[in-house]
Amino acid sequence: MTELLVGTKKGLFALQGDNGGSFEISARAFAGEPVEFALRDRRNGRYLACVTSAFYGPKVFVTDDPAGEWEQAEGMELPEGGDRALVRLWTVVPGEEDGLLYAGGDPGVLFESRDGGLTWELNKGFWEQPTRPEWNPGAGGMCLHSIATWPGDPSRLALGISAVGVWLSDDGGTTWRHGNDGLVARYVPEESREGTLTLCVHNLHRAPSQPERLFMQFHGGVYRSDDAGETWVDIGTDTGLPSDFGFPLVVDPEDPDSAYVIPLVADMDRVTPDGRVRVYETRDAGATWTARGDGLPAADAYLTILRQAFDREGSGPGMGLYFGATSGDVFGSNDAGATWFTAATKLPPVHSVRVA
Amino acid sequence: MAVVRLRAPLSELAGGRRELQLDGTTVVEVLRALESEHPAIAGWILDERTTIREHINIFVNGERGREDTALAADDRIHVLPSISGG
Repeated sequence: MTELLVGTKKGLFALQGDNGGSFEISARAFAGEPVEFALRDRRNGRYLACVTSAFYGPKVFVTDDPAGEWEQAEGMELPEGGDRALVRLWTVVPGEEDGLLYAGGDPGVLFESRDGGLTWELNKGFWEQPTRPEWNPGAGGMCLHSIATWPGDPSRLALGISAVGVWLSDDGGTTWRHGNDGLVARYVPEESREGTLTLCVHNLHRAPSQPERLFMQFHGGVYRSDDAGETWVDIGTDTGLPSDFGFPLVVDPEDPDSAYVIPLVADMDRVTPDGRVRVYETRDAGATWTARGDGLPAADAYLTILRQAFDREGSGPGMGLYFGATSGDVFGSNDAGATWFTAATKLPPVHSVRVA
Repeated sequence: MAVVRLRAPLSELAGGRRELQLDGTTVVEVLRALESEHPAIAGWILDERTTIREHINIFVNGERGREDTALAADDRIHVLPSISGG
């Protein structure tokens, strides 16, 4: 039995299903509210949901039962009396210490919880970055959407922000530095690219079995780093991708040479290319990409798959893959993308998918 | 004291009360008094800047109010989500 947590424009859906079949809705929470992200912390079984009410602002809620009562977490706010307010929460990621969680949000902010998500504190070192007044948001806001921990080492972190690039810490988030060498902002005039901070990272994931390796989906570009995010090499040009624009990204934790992306046409046309839904897989660290679409819509399908709407379960040849689209469809694979099935249809627009 | 009227979900955060009497000479003072009396409502109406959230409407005796709108005793304050959509 697999449980999926699907954050949508109109609430959170918990779906349950088995190999290859349609999933059933086992719970719905926050009816009518946008749920940007939800996950289950497998260390303690607690569920966390990022809910951004259009009226009442962004909040994190926690529960042990997604069909039961949810409790609002405390401390998810910017310093009182300042000139900025928290706009949205994009992700929650378990850290490398018991009870430690990170959350990322707009305007480019990092929060930490040391009690499993009940209370949160703003990461002051990152909030007080001296270049912050020069930061620019992407189309979705100034979203800190990617937090890559280092297995077994809580001191090392990598962040991805749209549109403020990659940030690295070697001291558990006390101090931060850029990790942007090699990234090319094609949307910035050529003469202005050198040293620009306007670097629109769309997604960032670390290869757990080789932690110095990271993969990145950029705003026009797919990149790999082999030195823990210090420098980046282009793996999206002439490597078999129909487009190097997109948002979702997944890696197989067993294989550091693996990554999966779901390309969209371009920034001005954010739909699957040629009306076909295809996931692209590399098993050679980005030297080549192979389309994986067996079982996915192959014609007249112009879907948009958002940043957090792609996840995996397990690893290796039997790895589960799941993604959702703004069409309300959710697709799954039980064989690392070789074949696909439709897990759900007619949900509200899907913001996020996580395997519980 | 001003009379503050709330609807769900705000009333639920105020212990199920749909009407409260609170001290304050301006709208923001009354809203801060509301937060002080019912901490669960903090962050739902006022954001970190002590600004009324963009899609919350405040009415004082039927007229649109702002953070600095002055209040007299027995003024009636309605806190409502804005009407969205067409």
